[in-house]
Amino acid sequence: MDIALAPETLARWQFGITTVYHFLFVPLTISLASLVAGLETAWVRTGKEKYLRATKFWGRLFLINIAMGVVTGIVQEFQFGMNWSDYSRFVGDIFGAPLAFEALIAFFFESTFIGLWIFGWDKLPKKIHAACMWMVAIGTVLSAYFILAANSWMQHPVGYRINEESGRAELTDFLAVLTQDTTVVVVFHTLTAAFLAGGAFMVGIAAVHLRRGRHLPEMRTSLRLGLVTLVVGGLLTAVSGDRLSKVMYEQQPMKMASAEALWDTEAPAPFSVFAYGDVDEGHNKVAIEIPGLLSFLAHSDLETEVPGINDVNEDLREQYGPGDYRPNIPVAYWGFRWMIGFGMVSFAIGVVGLYLTRNKLWLAPRLRTTEDEKPRLALTRERELGAVLTGWYWKLAVLTIGFPLLASSWGWIFTEMARQPWVVYGVLRTEDAVSPGVTQGEVLLSMSVFTLLYAILAVIEVKLLVKYVKAGPPELTEADLNPPTKIGGDDDDADADRPMAFSY
Amino acid sequence: MELYDVWFILIAVLWTGYFFLEGFDFGVGVLTKVLARDRKERRVLINTIGPVWDGNEVWLLTAGGATFAAFPEWYATLFSGFYLPLLLILVALIVRGVAFEYRHKRDEDRWQTNWEHAIFWTSLLPAFLWGVAFGNIVRGVAIDQEKEYVGGFFDLLNPYALLGGLVTLTLFTFHGAVFVALKTVGDIRVRARKLATGVGLVTAVLAVLWLGWTQLEKGDAVSLVAMLAAAGALVGAIAMNQRGREGWAFALSGVTIVAAVAMLFLTLFPNVMPSTLNEEWSLTVSNASSTPYTLKIMTWCAGIATPLVLLYQSWTYWVFRKRIGTQHLADVH
Repeated sequence: MDIALAPETLARWQFGITTVYHFLFVPLTISLASLVAGLETAWVRTGKEKYLRATKFWGRLFLINIAMGVVTGIVQEFQFGMNWSDYSRFVGDIFGAPLAFEALIAFFFESTFIGLWIFGWDKLPKKIHAACMWMVAIGTVLSAYFILAANSWMQHPVGYRINEESGRAELTDFLAVLTQDTTVVVVFHTLTAAFLAGGAFMVGIAAVHLRRGRHLPEMRTSLRLGLVTLVVGGLLTAVSGDRLSKVMYEQQPMKMASAEALWDTEAPAPFSVFAYGDVDEGHNKVAIEIPGLLSFLAHSDLETEVPGINDVNEDLREQYGPGDYRPNIPVAYWGFRWMIGFGMVSFAIGVVGLYLTRNKLWLAPRLRTTEDEKPRLALTRERELGAVLTGWYWKLAVLTIGFPLLASSWGWIFTEMARQPWVVYGVLRTEDAVSPGVTQGEVLLSMSVFTLLYAILAVIEVKLLVKYVKAGPPELTEADLNPPTKIGGDDDDADADRPMAFSY
Repeated sequence: MELYDVWFILIAVLWTGYFFLEGFDFGVGVLTKVLARDRKERRVLINTIGPVWDGNEVWLLTAGGATFAAFPEWYATLFSGFYLPLLLILVALIVRGVAFEYRHKRDEDRWQTNWEHAIFWTSLLPAFLWGVAFGNIVRGVAIDQEKEYVGGFFDLLNPYALLGGLVTLTLFTFHGAVFVALKTVGDIRVRARKLATGVGLVTAVLAVLWLGWTQLEKGDAVSLVAMLAAAGALVGAIAMNQRGREGWAFALSGVTIVAAVAMLFLTLFPNVMPSTLNEEWSLTVSNASSTPYTLKIMTWCAGIATPLVLLYQSWTYWVFRKRIGTQHLADVH
């Protein structure tokens, strides 16, 4: 059979497409839940209307986004059984548990409280209403934790043994699965990256309004909140990313050698800035390198030996028998670079923005909200920075919305593809994981259906986001400013037929 | 009793919870075309389930995840074997979730009409297909020695399973109509009550046929009790609904679902998926289950989490306990 249309290849494509698409919504959901909860808490505590308007504005965008995250997540859970039944049989004893934990502990929590939050504006006292959003935020984080524990086990299996009789993997230590270093570091890296994405989203959209000088109070607050989130998130993502790469050098040397296109073991090992290689021959034709830096990144000193692709491949052949244990090296190499590159650029834009919007120094004179603010930038004491430069910054800020999402997409493509040919590293090969009973036609059909459906939904989603971004923060009504004091709504007969604060 | 027996019961409980809860929101979705006379009435129907449908759907994800963890072989055979029906269900659930959230986000007539069509079809289709799927599970399918499903898509569309599909579709619609009567005021409430009686009678005929068929082929004394309980509850629900005792009617239509699902699982046990090719090749609670260690961890998790879930989900229903009618919807949208 044509290898490009083999059920295994198609099933991998389907999983890749549906997962990357799903993960466009996940980081925003995770971070926006906390950010919206924070804004609502600020309203409850200060009573300032700008916080409530901001809550409603970002809340609406959050809801458009989470709707897609939820529905695309369903597909992920079912795909293991549908397309990867031999994988499910082999590891169900271990891998199923965190998935079930996610549903029981996290997902129920998240979806129940999101319902309360959406419809609860005139049914819940404001403190409880704000608390519901915090519950959603906790739910999203827990959800991420269990899913990443499951994924980390595939990257670095622990706490299991192979039952010789049944030929299956069996769980021996669940705590090890939940607490192993891979899980902890990956969770940290993914969550901080999520806040990088959420911060950039907020910055970019606030910039759209600020550039036109609209909705100043809400959007200035949002811009600052977004910038701080973006910068802190970016910094922590870099720190956790460094930690994660060190873990991977120990656990998956092939993955990191591919990420650097380091063909032969070297000590000290150079960091590759640009490489163009010959995969069959196993060497680089063109390479621009910084000596010693890779040793430093892998082991924190400039001398240590770092294993190369060709040597690791030899080792793996000795350990697991003949075969090619190299992943798709160009994808690994460039995926790794795109991930870091897009992340770094977002972070840099955040730093610049934070500098430009320091206390009472804003990007354009019309953005003043109080008289004592100096309408200029810090670069010169008496003169305003040119309109051109500020215009550039706003445009750049809008572009930043997409960068962290590209970074995390490439991050996942890298981490999953550079693990090949293993589905469970060192234990189960991808070719042995696919459903034997599912035909080529069936996978082709489902892949086409999902791809088409996702493409249509993407268009609809983006159009809706644009519409609601343009609409800006909503005007507040009497009902918004006077939330009920009793759970379930106040029992006032005069108001019995009052319209609901929110309805579909 | 072994732990895998406990987990067989827990999986049955999760499916029961799913059909009880999402059953009525599927029903309400179907009723948007059958009961509502105009857009405003459709909106009333949709808003009766607005705060809760998402939480209801998680029962399915939990049932799926728990099956994966507790009975990996069952999960693998079932989900790869029923590939195309599941694809249909997944597509329906994706579109359905988006439809609820996005329908009111634009004011254009065409936009809203399209999503309303979507809500109807994506509620009807899974409500029917789940019955077909469970019909096939109970009756058994072609499973070979390797625990793989070797039949085709059209083997799943046999008369017994299709009748099962009609039963779940009508039962969920009845359950939904009773729920609408319970949650609304005014004209819709009166019409929902009237419609519920009609749908209830059709459901009764179909359900007695299908459950009777199941009982004759697979049943024993215990499943007979469950079947009679389902039938009795259904008759009670219809009667209570007639008298305008909507709370009781809803509780009893719920009992009908609980008893019917219980009956299906009783006839299944100790199999989880019988093979029609050779009885030896059937998947059973013991040969499809995880190790005792995994089951023990899962039991702890379920033991602590399930009561909490029931607690806060019940709280949601209490928060949104007020009835709604057309007067509660602002004119915009």
